[in-house]
Amino acid sequence: MQIKPILAALRHHKAGTILVALQIALTLAIVCNALFIIRQRLVHLSEPSGVDEASLFVIYNGWADQAATMQFDAQVRTDLAALRQLPSVRNAAPASSCPLCGDGDDVPVMLAPDQTQWIADPAMYAGDEQLLDTLGVKLVAGRNFRADEIGKMGSRDFTVPPVVIVSRTLADRLFPRGEALGKPIYMMSNTPSTIIGIVDRLQRQNVGGWTRPYAYQSMLWPMRPVSSQGLYYIVRAKPGQLAAAMREAPKALYAEDRMRIIDPEHGTLSFAEVRRRIYDSDLGMAILMGLISVVLLAITAAGIVGLTSFWVGQRRKQIGVRRALGATRRDILGYFLTENLLIGLGGVLVGTVLAIGINLWMVTQFEMARLSLAYVMTGVVALLLLGQGAVLGPALRASRVSPVEATRSV
Amino acid sequence: MFAYYVQLGLRSLRRNPALTALMVMAIGFGVAASMITWSVFRAVSGDPIPDKSTQLFIPQIDGWGPQQNLKGEPPDALNYADAMALMHAHRAVRQTLLYPVRLSVLPEGNRSLPVAARGYAVYGDFFPMFEVPFLYGGGWNAADDESRGAVVVLGAEFNRKLFGDVDSVGREITLGGHLYRIVGVTRQWNPTPRFFDLFSSSGFADAMDFYLPFTRALDLQIASAGSNSCRGKLDLTGWDSWLQGNCVWVTPWVELGSSADVARYRRFLEDYAADQQRAGRFGWAPNVRLRNVAQWLDYQRVVPQESRISLMVSLGFFVICLINTTGLLLAKFMRRAGEIGVRRSLGASRREIYAQYLIEAAMVGLAGGVLGLVFTVLGVSGVGVLFRPQIARLAHVDMSLVGLTMAVAILATLAAAFYPAWRAAQVQPAWQLKSN
Repeated sequence: MQIKPILAALRHHKAGTILVALQIALTLAIVCNALFIIRQRLVHLSEPSGVDEASLFVIYNGWADQAATMQFDAQVRTDLAALRQLPSVRNAAPASSCPLCGDGDDVPVMLAPDQTQWIADPAMYAGDEQLLDTLGVKLVAGRNFRADEIGKMGSRDFTVPPVVIVSRTLADRLFPRGEALGKPIYMMSNTPSTIIGIVDRLQRQNVGGWTRPYAYQSMLWPMRPVSSQGLYYIVRAKPGQLAAAMREAPKALYAEDRMRIIDPEHGTLSFAEVRRRIYDSDLGMAILMGLISVVLLAITAAGIVGLTSFWVGQRRKQIGVRRALGATRRDILGYFLTENLLIGLGGVLVGTVLAIGINLWMVTQFEMARLSLAYVMTGVVALLLLGQGAVLGPALRASRVSPVEATRSV
Repeated sequence: MFAYYVQLGLRSLRRNPALTALMVMAIGFGVAASMITWSVFRAVSGDPIPDKSTQLFIPQIDGWGPQQNLKGEPPDALNYADAMALMHAHRAVRQTLLYPVRLSVLPEGNRSLPVAARGYAVYGDFFPMFEVPFLYGGGWNAADDESRGAVVVLGAEFNRKLFGDVDSVGREITLGGHLYRIVGVTRQWNPTPRFFDLFSSSGFADAMDFYLPFTRALDLQIASAGSNSCRGKLDLTGWDSWLQGNCVWVTPWVELGSSADVARYRRFLEDYAADQQRAGRFGWAPNVRLRNVAQWLDYQRVVPQESRISLMVSLGFFVICLINTTGLLLAKFMRRAGEIGVRRSLGASRREIYAQYLIEAAMVGLAGGVLGLVFTVLGVSGVGVLFRPQIARLAHVDMSLVGLTMAVAILATLAAAFYPAWRAAQVQPAWQLKSN
């Protein structure tokens, strides 16, 4: 296949060539970045939380009466007894917040009382000795809280507990050499707290924004939340009985005492729903980028088909002459395919530069990761194949032009 | 001539229905994607209080110091001591402090279960400052602030929920176990983004149920239902220790008239911080800020990243659709070089050829705009799939969006047609006639 005559022919319709190349370049730039965003978002939203999501649900329980802390404590204990007695419930625990639930506290951790810069800023879950089993997180070292260690945490009440359980990520951050168990840590206080247990994996309450660098840094405090602001009841259903447990639990709570507030719509959420809510913008973004990429590729392909068809129509006579002079159908087909490949190569060359440029700009604007070259390479191959596929139809039509056309005047 | 060109254009477009359809679709998709993402973007990036956004300011005072503050910036809210000091100094035309609260409403009438209500603890200046529109009654005055009055202003929706569509001013309501007298009911009011409370909300929350006096809320020790951020050593054992600490949870706002007032207030803030340094409360040089609404929205990065990225990707998509259209129009116009040659040799000027082809392109743009409008309406109603519910519900189709869709579609197609039409006008009549 001779390339020179193709280049010579392309010089005759510069504008069309440039437009197709430009379209391919921009499509590559946008699709690469869109795919990269999709991939990042999908990876993000499929990160495990560390808890037994399939059988968990949470109830946000507010109090109708602004009574004293002591009264809330008694109520929480009764509520828990009622929840744990339900036939569909495996276990239940009180908690100040829950993984992926959105809101909650974080407490900076230091290794010495006089340190001013904190080393980690983990999410804090206050709960009782049943919280570990309820969440379904695995204790990999040390022990769980004992019932007699469980204190109370009221409104605007911050007193560090003598013992804490930390996530493995937090333990590794604080003690990179792996000797976290039994060590004292300091949390905005001169009083040390001893790490008595390490759990395998436990996600924070939130997964976006400033918390990204601190993902999976979490800890448990042995305290029942008894503030007037309410608390979460985390409930673990027996296998296959999630729906039943979600129906029964709020009823059981109201049967205990009606002076509580559980939002009829958002008050009782399965963990699947909790997960969906926290990651909804990631999913939306992935869907939008996917839609745009698909439509973009379709439009680019259609544009190539349209323009090549026009060129074929314009050159019927020349094709007829070539055929009359002995060019085979395969030669004609090859001509148009090669022509498209040349334009495509020019386009992807510019497109690669553009793709990386756009990504670098987004890195500075949106704290996005660097585009990996694999995406650009995939995009390049995909667009070249797309171009070849799009040009195939018009090229086949060109190859079927009869040599007789050479003798026609129009 | 115009009507004739329209006719010619229609005939030409009908000749290659596939090519025409492709161009119309490309414009339609491109403009719709841009308009859908724009409808979200304009909602989240809009000025929530256009009349006063340059007169409302949020003072910030660094009570944490260089080692604990936000990379040199003061915290996003004030601690109790600094907030009260600003309030008592009374250096602005109007001023308020605020924090979000969540209180229970006990069962009554046909409601058998208690419900939660969300509101703000504010000063009486809050209502005139933020131009809160009233349905019934009004806000409370400085005397009520001072006397720590048990008064409350209800939101429209909340009033309807509790009392129906009636004027409830003068009635009493129990919130969080305490009695309040209703002095006003607002109209539907939910400035978006909620510039005045970006410390505790993302800026896109539901409308509030009630507003009660800040002073009363303090008396009743109603804790903030919003964010609370502390530094250093912390030993909280309840309300008083919390007020005394360096925890920030109060958002202050001041209204200032002229730029001289702004300068004066800024100086006052610096003097206050310097006084605190002299008194030994702050071990660092004054570090204060005074941002207006626009600057505050910008500093807090209130526009979600997703909204920005999707708008930009959609615009890129639209540009590609236009390039596609330019290519196809070029092909379409140049195919008719013979026809152009005939028209030119019969006396049509270049300008007329140019006009003819631009009109043909404008028709493509018009059709693309109509298709784009259909897609936009469908897309905006389905935008909940793509954005968070609080943000998706802000997107809506109004006359300005419809007009913008059509205008963008037609103007963009015309821009895309400039080059192809110019090429068509350049066709040499002699050449075409000869080759035929």
